[in-house]
Amino acid sequence: MTRLIADVAVLGGGLIGSWTAYFLARRGKRVVLIEKGVVGAQSSGTNFGNLRLQGRFPGQYPLSLRAQDLWERLEDLIGDSCEFDATGHLYCAFDEAERDKIDHYAEVSESYGIRIEHLDRAQLKRRFPWLGRKVIAATYSARDATANPRLVTPAVARVAKSLGVTVVEHCAVREVRKSGDTFHVDTDTDLQVECGHVVNAAGAWALEFAERFGETAPLFPAGPPQFVTEPFPYFITPSVQTVDGSVIARQIPRGNVILAGYPRTAADPILNRAPVPPVKTLAAMECLAEVVPALRSCHVIRVWSGIEGYLPDMLPVIGQSETTPGLIHAFGFCGHGFQIGPGVGLCLSEIIVDGHTETPLSPFAIGRFQQEIEVSDKFKREFDAVRKTP
Amino acid sequence: MPRMGAASMDERPGLFVRAVDRDGGSIEFTIDGSPMTARAGDSLLAAILTNASLLRRLEFGGEPRAGFCLMGACQDCWVWLDDGRHVRACTTAAVAGLGVRTTPPALAEIRNV
Amino acid sequence: MSNVVVVGGGPAGIRAACMLAAHRLRPVLLDEARNVGGQGYRAPSPGLRLDMDALMGGEAAKYHALQAAFASIRDQIEYRPGTLVWAIEGKTLHVATDEGSSTVSFDALILATGAMDRIMPLPGWTLPGVFALGGAQVSLKDQGCFIGRRVAFCGSSPLLNLAALQYRKLGADVVAVCDTTPLGAKVRAAPQLAAAPRTMMRGISYLTSLMRAGTPMLHGVTLLRIEGKSRVEAIIVRDCRGRERRFACDAVALGYGLKPEAQLAELAGAEMRFDATSRLWLPKIDADGRAGRSLYLAGDSVVIGGADAAEASGELAARAVLSDLGIVHARSVARGLRRRVFRLRRFQRALARAFVWPANRVKDLSDDVALCRCENVSVGEIRRAMDQALGPIEVNRVKAITRCGMGRCQGRVCGPALQELVASHAGIPIEAAGRLRVQAPVKPIPLSVARTLAE
Ligand SMILES: Cc1cc2nc3c(=O)[nH]c(=O)nc-3n(C[C@H](O)[C@H](O)[C@H](O)COP(=O)(O)OP(=O)(O)OC[C@H]3O[C@@H](n4cnc5c(N)ncnc54)[C@H](O)[C@@H]3O)c2cc1C
Ligand SMILES: Cc1cc2nc3c(=O)[nH]c(=O)nc-3n(C[C@H](O)[C@H](O)[C@H](O)COP(=O)(O)OP(=O)(O)OC[C@H]3O[C@@H](n4cnc5c(N)ncnc54)[C@H](O)[C@@H]3O)c2cc1C
Ligand code: FES
Repeated sequence: MTRLIADVAVLGGGLIGSWTAYFLARRGKRVVLIEKGVVGAQSSGTNFGNLRLQGRFPGQYPLSLRAQDLWERLEDLIGDSCEFDATGHLYCAFDEAERDKIDHYAEVSESYGIRIEHLDRAQLKRRFPWLGRKVIAATYSARDATANPRLVTPAVARVAKSLGVTVVEHCAVREVRKSGDTFHVDTDTDLQVECGHVVNAAGAWALEFAERFGETAPLFPAGPPQFVTEPFPYFITPSVQTVDGSVIARQIPRGNVILAGYPRTAADPILNRAPVPPVKTLAAMECLAEVVPALRSCHVIRVWSGIEGYLPDMLPVIGQSETTPGLIHAFGFCGHGFQIGPGVGLCLSEIIVDGHTETPLSPFAIGRFQQEIEVSDKFKREFDAVRKTP
Repeated sequence: MPRMGAASMDERPGLFVRAVDRDGGSIEFTIDGSPMTARAGDSLLAAILTNASLLRRLEFGGEPRAGFCLMGACQDCWVWLDDGRHVRACTTAAVAGLGVRTTPPALAEIRNV
Repeated sequence: MSNVVVVGGGPAGIRAACMLAAHRLRPVLLDEARNVGGQGYRAPSPGLRLDMDALMGGEAAKYHALQAAFASIRDQIEYRPGTLVWAIEGKTLHVATDEGSSTVSFDALILATGAMDRIMPLPGWTLPGVFALGGAQVSLKDQGCFIGRRVAFCGSSPLLNLAALQYRKLGADVVAVCDTTPLGAKVRAAPQLAAAPRTMMRGISYLTSLMRAGTPMLHGVTLLRIEGKSRVEAIIVRDCRGRERRFACDAVALGYGLKPEAQLAELAGAEMRFDATSRLWLPKIDADGRAGRSLYLAGDSVVIGGADAAEASGELAARAVLSDLGIVHARSVARGLRRRVFRLRRFQRALARAFVWPANRVKDLSDDVALCRCENVSVGEIRRAMDQALGPIEVNRVKAITRCGMGRCQGRVCGPALQELVASHAGIPIEAAGRLRVQAPVKPIPLSVARTLAE
């Protein structure tokens, strides 16, 4: 039996867990980061890589902007840019109703100081001549960015390790108990951790660690299908997204076009499966060819998805447990946790070290599910089947 | 058996050498704009490599490539056509009038107007 | 009537289709290739004045028999050449043709997708003029072209001498045949190979014909590097006595036997198992080729067995389908076939000892050698990624971090060498290094295939 005494045990070595461990270590805390597989191989390593500011939930902007600021300093923070690229983001509308929607999103973004350009068809034709005619208007935000998700989490965890974090891979947390002020974390290896704080950052697998302490959330696992093309001459500089979710695409300077498209597909966290039905591959390809006709002869070479935790209001759970002091939850990122990841890690480190954070997190409290919550419009539209909602 | 001297080898532009003849007539096509001749029935790969020593330039670093498996598996023989299509040379038939490009043609649709 | 679909128009697929057609099942035969016959017995492209009898010698009769068998069932099957099966989901195949994408559903599926060359990289192997050994044969049979004028045949494979001899017969200058397996290993494998005396004698006759023709035949060589500025100019090897030798040439045919094209089998749900003899992951089948419910595998796509085994296993798999559908119950015939397939495949395993995959070579590769042709990932990049803290020691993670195996071919070419590199560099058994997972599309499909579907 290996017994470790630490200040904090972080459950889950995804982006959230790794950034949390990183910031805690920088504040001098003794941290054990426990990952059942290898760091950054789940959602955090399979995601699309968008660091999108446009069209977010209004109450998330303070957190989101704080995170973007960290992303922009990624190289200073971890010594590796992980292909971070301030690509900008083009939010596209196919009709007037959608134009109203993006204009409304833009208003919210602008109220948080984000600069948005409103582009009509003529302007689009000049700036982005490769856009298909179906796109009648778009909003462009220059500060939105992208990064390579496959590289980021391992890089953060590596630096965390060099700062003194004990990173344990291939070790699944089985049981978390609390006696007095001390948490006891048991694993499926001979490792046991005793600590004063536990961060539940176990992604789509996190619910059991909340329920153990008498609280819950209607979390369910799913994954948006992702596709990538062969390398093609580089011309799509911004990240492109249609409001209806049929096309989410970006091209990396190497030339590959990365593509995602709703609806999302149910995933299986137990068997570790996130299938991509071939019909979705075809549907996404067809939609992309309409939005960027020059890609007609480009070939799709690979597809994948990931296992992400979703909640019916399409907002994550971030913050202290409402039953158990010292326990902090951060899971259910509903498909947008990559962007806010570093911000979440920083806020959690402040909660643990300082007792509070300046960044408003109340919309993400786990307790909200005790009341009737409003089911998000996105939640209704962007998944395969009609979901059972609480 | 015929033996070719080493001297003539290096000047020969094509990689492939025809071992047997074909019934079909000759067809004209272009590689990067230069006129070339092949034989009806040739695969696009054979048509190109009997004339040239490369099919394409690798996207990453630009080194010359000429295919590898010759059976549609390795995907190292993709060439561009003047019309913007991208095809796998070893499994595509050569057709008279094709314009082959070893690097991507400038796509009109993606240029600023 | 049951809907039986066969994928692959090589010896295995054709024999399966024949058996099904004989029972009036009107099978669907899907083949990506435009000409029937698969890799071994591919018919020459139209108009080629190739004398297949002269080229194939003793094997010509089998080639003609297979082509004749296909011709005789041509109107009793639904034959769809130029049709790539790119995905399988449940009992539906997704296919792509020049016309677009569509689906084909099945009650029973026989996959006979064949094999491709297995490659161990060496410095210079991405130069124009270096081709896979099987490819060198395909270019001759399918296109009537040599891969070069002065060709070196390198690696270790039963096809090495055969291909060299075919090139020689048609007038190419074979500058050397460099087999990396020592002669001693071949002699040691001889007793097992004697189980198929005709095949063994054929192999020996290839060797002696080449030697009589004065072709340098080297055994136990180490392939050091291929030289050339923008195309192949020479190959440098170390012979079994430790001498460095340089062969000027303009082409190199390189191969270390074959590896199954098992992607579709995996997508269809076949269980993949590590096979210690070949050091490859192979789909698991029963004695008849069953790999799961309604899923049957035949030919080289399951385990490398050669053309004879492909024909027999195709017929056997079709018999299993017929029996599972309750159409025939002739057990004695199946038993004979089963024994034949077993014997032929066992023989091929003995061949793997006479033509050795040079697993250890990967350790000696210098850092600058490209391992992944598609993404241009070098051996050194992989070693460095593995060496860093929290570095990957499993091939799919190595792929995620380095892009090795992430390109157009989806790791078909670099996969076996990548497994060896990861295992040797991490100091773990090769089966622990894992295998690259398969996803649809198994080959690149253009965006335009989806468009056509909608119109
Ligand atoms: C396909 C896809 C595309 C996406 N695209 C974007 C995007 O473009 N932009 C964006 O902002 N977001 C995107 N997201 C969402 C984003 O990836 C996630 O919100 C984010 O990565 C969540 O990070 P995490 O650390 O909570 O989860 P994870 O990365 O899933 O990490 C949780 C970790 O916990 C581990 N774990 C679970 N149980 C245990 C246990 N018992 N013991 C030990 N360890 C355990 C898991 O193995 C896992 O590594 C996308 C998600 C997916 C799936
Ligand atoms: C390049 C090469 C050359 C060879 N040359 C010889 C030779 O000269 N002599 C010899 O004895 N043996 C040769 N072999 C060995 C050969 O594999 C066997 O002898 C025999 O051809 C195996 O038969 P098969 O039916 O299992 O597969 P194959 O003959 O390989 O047939 C498989 C067929 O499946 C098709 N296919 C594969 N994937 C798909 C897909 N996704 N969708 C649709 N169709 C698909 C292929 O196009 C192919 O036509 C060669 C092998 C290779 C790889
Ligand atoms: S040469 Fe390998 S796919 Fe064409």
